[in-house]
Amino acid sequence: MSRDDTMLPGRRRFLVATVTAGAGLTLGMCLGGCSREDKESAQAGPGKTGNRIISDAAFEPNAFVRITPDDRVTVIVKHLEMGQGTYTGIATLVAEELDAGWSQVDVEGAPADAARYNNLFWGKLQGTGGSTAIANSYEQMRKAGAAARAMLVAAAAKQWRVPPEEITVRDGVLRHAAKGIQASFGELAELAAQQPVPEDVFLKEPGEFRLIGTRVARKDSRAKVDGTAVFTQDMKLPGMLTALVAHPPRFGARVRSFDAVAARAVAGVHDVVEIPSGVAVLGKDFWSASKGRDALQVDWDESAAFMSGSDELMAQYQALADKPGKVARSEGDVSAALGSAAKTLRTSIAFPYLAHAALEPMNCVMQRSEGGVEIWNGEQYQTPDQNAVAKVFGIGPEKVKINMLYAGGSFGRRANPASDYVLETAHIVKAIGGKAPVKLVWTREDDMRAGYYRPMYYHRLEAGLDADGNPVAWQHRIVGQSIIADTAFEGALVKDGVDVTSVEGAANMPYAIPNIHVDLHSPQVPVPVQWWRSVGSTHTAFAVETFIDRLAAAAGRDPLALRRALLQDHPRHLGVMELAAENAGWGTPMAAGRGRGIAVHESFNTYVAQVAEVTVHDNKRFTVDRVVIAVDCGVAVNPDVIRAQMEGGMGFGLSAALSSALTLDAGRVVQSNFHDYLVVRLDQMPRVEVHIVKSAQPPTGVGEPATPVIAPAVANALSNATGQHFDRLPLTLSA
Amino acid sequence: MIELTINGTVQQLDVDPDMPLLWAIRDVVGLTGTKYGCGIAQCGACTVHLDGQSVRACVTPVSAVAGKSITTIEGLDTIVGTTVQETWEKLDVVQCGYCQSGQIMSAVALLSKNPQPSDEDINAAMAGNICRCHTYVRIRAAVKEASQALHPGRSQS
Repeated sequence: MSRDDTMLPGRRRFLVATVTAGAGLTLGMCLGGCSREDKESAQAGPGKTGNRIISDAAFEPNAFVRITPDDRVTVIVKHLEMGQGTYTGIATLVAEELDAGWSQVDVEGAPADAARYNNLFWGKLQGTGGSTAIANSYEQMRKAGAAARAMLVAAAAKQWRVPPEEITVRDGVLRHAAKGIQASFGELAELAAQQPVPEDVFLKEPGEFRLIGTRVARKDSRAKVDGTAVFTQDMKLPGMLTALVAHPPRFGARVRSFDAVAARAVAGVHDVVEIPSGVAVLGKDFWSASKGRDALQVDWDESAAFMSGSDELMAQYQALADKPGKVARSEGDVSAALGSAAKTLRTSIAFPYLAHAALEPMNCVMQRSEGGVEIWNGEQYQTPDQNAVAKVFGIGPEKVKINMLYAGGSFGRRANPASDYVLETAHIVKAIGGKAPVKLVWTREDDMRAGYYRPMYYHRLEAGLDADGNPVAWQHRIVGQSIIADTAFEGALVKDGVDVTSVEGAANMPYAIPNIHVDLHSPQVPVPVQWWRSVGSTHTAFAVETFIDRLAAAAGRDPLALRRALLQDHPRHLGVMELAAENAGWGTPMAAGRGRGIAVHESFNTYVAQVAEVTVHDNKRFTVDRVVIAVDCGVAVNPDVIRAQMEGGMGFGLSAALSSALTLDAGRVVQSNFHDYLVVRLDQMPRVEVHIVKSAQPPTGVGEPATPVIAPAVANALSNATGQHFDRLPLTLSA
Repeated sequence: MIELTINGTVQQLDVDPDMPLLWAIRDVVGLTGTKYGCGIAQCGACTVHLDGQSVRACVTPVSAVAGKSITTIEGLDTIVGTTVQETWEKLDVVQCGYCQSGQIMSAVALLSKNPQPSDEDINAAMAGNICRCHTYVRIRAAVKEASQALHPGRSQS
């Protein structure tokens, strides 16, 4: 997804306060000047989600913060909480500048409304991804908190007849020390709402932070340990039907005909309807719909289906790699430099398709409402989903109300450029004439086989060393499907035929080598693909970081020392690398059969280095014992959430390094569930240490950047232990 | 009609006897803390206690537990149960949270039988519960800390 930070918000910004029927203060921000008329028209545009329905009598939804007389501070978060801790991080930003007490802060998911809740890095689009939530919100949410604070101070100054600068605020209480008076946020909320909205606000200097940079407890922990957190799967509406869909067995196949007699005969089955993506069986609950689907007979038209297997595809990719691709980076003269090099090395690497396999399989709840549609979803991609659903029903996008629930993981999957599973739900609702609310449930098998994978890739690299062992030439060719082609991001992210997400991490490879050439083939294959946690870096980091180790070995140099020499112009890469190496005890001896490897990589403007330690057992099996991680993500808003994302993000990458692969056989997806799509379990998880670089740079994301670094670190550790090199993921030792 | 006890309440369920216990709990009784993740006893998100033992509700036909007593995440009220939940919260183990009901049910079953589990015991008891957020580092730490909290003064293995 886009990480174009040239669209950082301008400083000119107005805050709009609104008081409604009840007592309390609601603050929202409006891009540009917001007179009352402007505000009305802004609410009428695309993305407006039924204000009349959402708001209760007391408050307007056009807001990031709400303070009520009971001293509760509610932060309205525009980003999806899918585990990455954004509800906690964004609430921290507001609470910091508001000087609220952390325990008085509640969090609420924002409605779909791109006019107010857009991702500032994505223009007019509301959505979560690309590790942008904290980065794009850092200033915006702090300003929202600071403006609320300024109005509370103004209210107290008026009530107490004192100059505002004599008032202090701490933990939700305003005080005037000399007069010995104080009042809580709740007590001042009504009066605060009547104060003029500050046109600009002062933000704290980092030295004044009390919440940012400290560990505050996650806001979602309690509900997630007592079973009360509501995921899409948990929604139940009156009269709701559960829908399971029979999908085609191969991509591109379609329904020719179907026989629903047996399915309809199953107790509890209400309806069977054809939709563009298959045949939906609707039952009173999951079990009846599931039995109904089992009884359904579908005759599939496979005349246009994709019939190839992974092996055939990989052979095509290898053949493509013999030819030059679209140039992503070219410096110097690689051919000449390779020709005159004292030593050359070549390698190729094959990467499989990967499923996201979030533990909550895709699902969505939808019902027709008065003149519109209402959705309950772990909603990651509000604006595209609104637009897609609106088209199905022939209504305006503003008539599509979306309730953002917790997502049971996503790893990119719930921000689908084609709105696939959301659209599928819409088609079912439409096919039954909107007569009942529908909960679409994908089984694990549906989730595994219905597409949208991290693409399969083939990489070929060649490098040259001079007589002193210095790298002088680097050629890197990548073959794999474009994720961005045919999506709304194509204009921004496909440049001169190069999908920048296919080459990120390779085209901007940081090592100082005088002759560099990176090119790309993007074959069109009808297997649906999508961004998968850390996107292009999932494969490019492995290629670059393992090949650099090869060069170090060929030059007889220590991998850390070679990187250090080639990263002199990249202080943040160097910083995390040295921090990880030092804490890992780089250079200390390892026992026989053990190995240590390092990798460093930047993604989403966050820098991560990892040192992995492995043990090889009986020359064939290995374990990853310990991983030391260093991260530089600018200001560490919540160090504990950062640690959690480093641990978990690394683990997510470790699954792909050790065992995950999705393969096709004659067009059919081979894997179906967790017995054959293997992921790391607790017994395979190494010990992990996380070290955070102290930084005053603006914060950058942490959800993804730990993921791509572990596979090369482990591969390099295995090379260190065994001398073997690895030409495919997942990693296997040769006998 | 199948009769069973869930979290201390007797339930009379008029359902297909083959219906997995998971769907009886979620769709019929309406307790949604127990999750569907795989349907084939591979991920552990549906873990509940059957007379104190961990079972995978997604592959347990409701007819097989007639007359028995089931505990779900909503019904954890033993000292071990609440201690594990509090420790999970204290360490901020959760990320997306979807697997955590199952993780907690497995951890409670482990600590109820084996108050001071070794690393190997923890691996064996918890490896059946997948967490795609890979919160395993904290799950392991929380099991150990809950064990300590339940048995202060005894040395940690």
